[in-house]
Amino acid sequence: MGTSAMAEIRNYTINFGPQHPAAHGVLRLVLELDGEVIVRADPHIGLLHRATEKLAETRTWLQTLPYLDRLDYVSMMCNEHAYCLAVEKLLGVEVPLRAQYIRVMMDEVTRILNHLLNIGTHALDIGAMTMVLYTFREREDLMDVYEAVSGARLHAAYYRPGGVYRDLPDRMPQYVENKFKNAETVRRLNAARQGSLLDFLEDFTHRFPTYVDEYETLLTDNRIWKQRTVGVGVVSPERALALGFTGPMLRGSGVEWDLRRKQPYEVYDRMEFDVPVGVNGDCYDRYLVRIEEMRQANRIVRQCIDWLRKNPGPVITDNHKVAPPPRESMKANMEELIHHFKLFTEGMHVPPGEAYAAIEHPKGEFGVYAISDGGNKPYRIKLRSPGFPHLAATDELARGHMIADATAIIGTIDLVLGDTDR
Amino acid sequence: MATRLETLCLNLQNALGERIRDLRTAAGEVTLEVAAEHYLETAKLLRDHPDLRFEQLIDLTGVDYSSWGDGAWTGLRFAAVCHLTSISKNWRLRLRVFATDDGFPVLPSVVGLWNSANWYEREAFDLYGILFEGHPDLRRILTDYGFVGHPFRKDFPISGHVEMRYDPEQKRVVYQPVTIEPRENTPRIIREDSYGDVGHG
Repeated sequence: MGTSAMAEIRNYTINFGPQHPAAHGVLRLVLELDGEVIVRADPHIGLLHRATEKLAETRTWLQTLPYLDRLDYVSMMCNEHAYCLAVEKLLGVEVPLRAQYIRVMMDEVTRILNHLLNIGTHALDIGAMTMVLYTFREREDLMDVYEAVSGARLHAAYYRPGGVYRDLPDRMPQYVENKFKNAETVRRLNAARQGSLLDFLEDFTHRFPTYVDEYETLLTDNRIWKQRTVGVGVVSPERALALGFTGPMLRGSGVEWDLRRKQPYEVYDRMEFDVPVGVNGDCYDRYLVRIEEMRQANRIVRQCIDWLRKNPGPVITDNHKVAPPPRESMKANMEELIHHFKLFTEGMHVPPGEAYAAIEHPKGEFGVYAISDGGNKPYRIKLRSPGFPHLAATDELARGHMIADATAIIGTIDLVLGDTDR
Repeated sequence: MATRLETLCLNLQNALGERIRDLRTAAGEVTLEVAAEHYLETAKLLRDHPDLRFEQLIDLTGVDYSSWGDGAWTGLRFAAVCHLTSISKNWRLRLRVFATDDGFPVLPSVVGLWNSANWYEREAFDLYGILFEGHPDLRRILTDYGFVGHPFRKDFPISGHVEMRYDPEQKRVVYQPVTIEPRENTPRIIREDSYGDVGHG
């Protein structure tokens, strides 16, 4: 074996995706390999680019809102939230307190939904088939919550500039008997759905900690899970900051930075919760951070339920230049009719200026930078999605790891291409 | 007792001095504008100055101001807007810098200071055609391979210039000029300030 024989070995380039079950959508990853070791990872994105920001420039401020659901399609309401905050900042409207509590509650429901999907599919990607079955069982209950408040399981369009679309419903939709579900199953499924939405959600928050314990039994001390995640994709706190990491990716590296705590919006300053941080900055620590965030989100949901039960009130601003008047007064009052008509044809006018609103999205910091020139349409909307810088760091995270670890790293980034590509 | 934003503005004035072209506070946010030739040194000061410490570049985006206010814009056309965050000081800053040449916008790259700028600058190049000098790998990122033009510029139509279809005769996917007309249901309107107020008109 001489040096001339060694020189003939060349790096091998393979294509991971764009249609790969572990690519979480349409990610094309060009991997340059030396044997089984990744030398360079070059993610090609944009296969799901829909130019949401450009579309927003040709639609009114309100028409843009449902597009936000379609960015990160596993944490829909959080996207809407950042957009509404940005528009409200420009308009200077006050959001009623009850709407703020509803938003916080639904944000935390969304956080649980998102982390359930992430942990389930991440485990599925690296070999733990069972996880996804359990996490999707709980997701189903929360999807029902989404459906009950907004009418849609995924693309809610529930938050509006100035508040939320409507108050929480007094009753939950019921299952009915059919050829797939017999009377016994229907009775069991409907048992928790006899009261209002808040009753159903409260019942869920009592059940949920046990479910999280179940996930931890399956994964936390699981030898294979630890072999696949401990020491994989390690990021130091300094690198995490330089690479623009936020959310669990940053906290996994031990930086205690949570916008809900540091720059509170809505009523997060009234909530009691802990911010978990990791130590080693590897995939395993980020998994632990996400598990703990679900428990904390559960705590916040419970505090919101208590407050919402005791405090009825309006859920959207009474400024009818921004939000539509109630249906009854629109039918009885000429002025309200005009407001309604102008709002849904011409749309609201947002004063000239610019605003950046950021929220602690389940994946990190989701920001909306809105520029208005005083028109009924945005002049420019920039969506700062958390997945974008995370995916940009794939090269640094994956370099030197085995090819099998690429899936572990993509899983830990909590990648949703709709969010990255916009 | 100065508020946090006033402290930030004061620190910025002390640290940057003459380099500041515009510094304003609106809606609880501080916006700093500098000239393109001072961009890089300002960015370095913002990151390293002990009173500022902006460790994180959260966002960088291009903006095309050409049709702002229905032609009311008279300044330069392209700008890069950065959003910076300081973890240790817990404050934010918006930094805007205009490219001096409208026909061939060039700005220095800040990848060396904040690595997160890498993809953001690629995106601004792809969508607005702003060139970032010193960027290690300035390729297109979001648009298709072989795409022509910069789609987020205001003179680029929303429907694009080409569309793609499968050609059964050539047995491959071909590009052709778009066959749809752009349609605008709600016209874009800018009303005067007092529009709709009681007693107006």
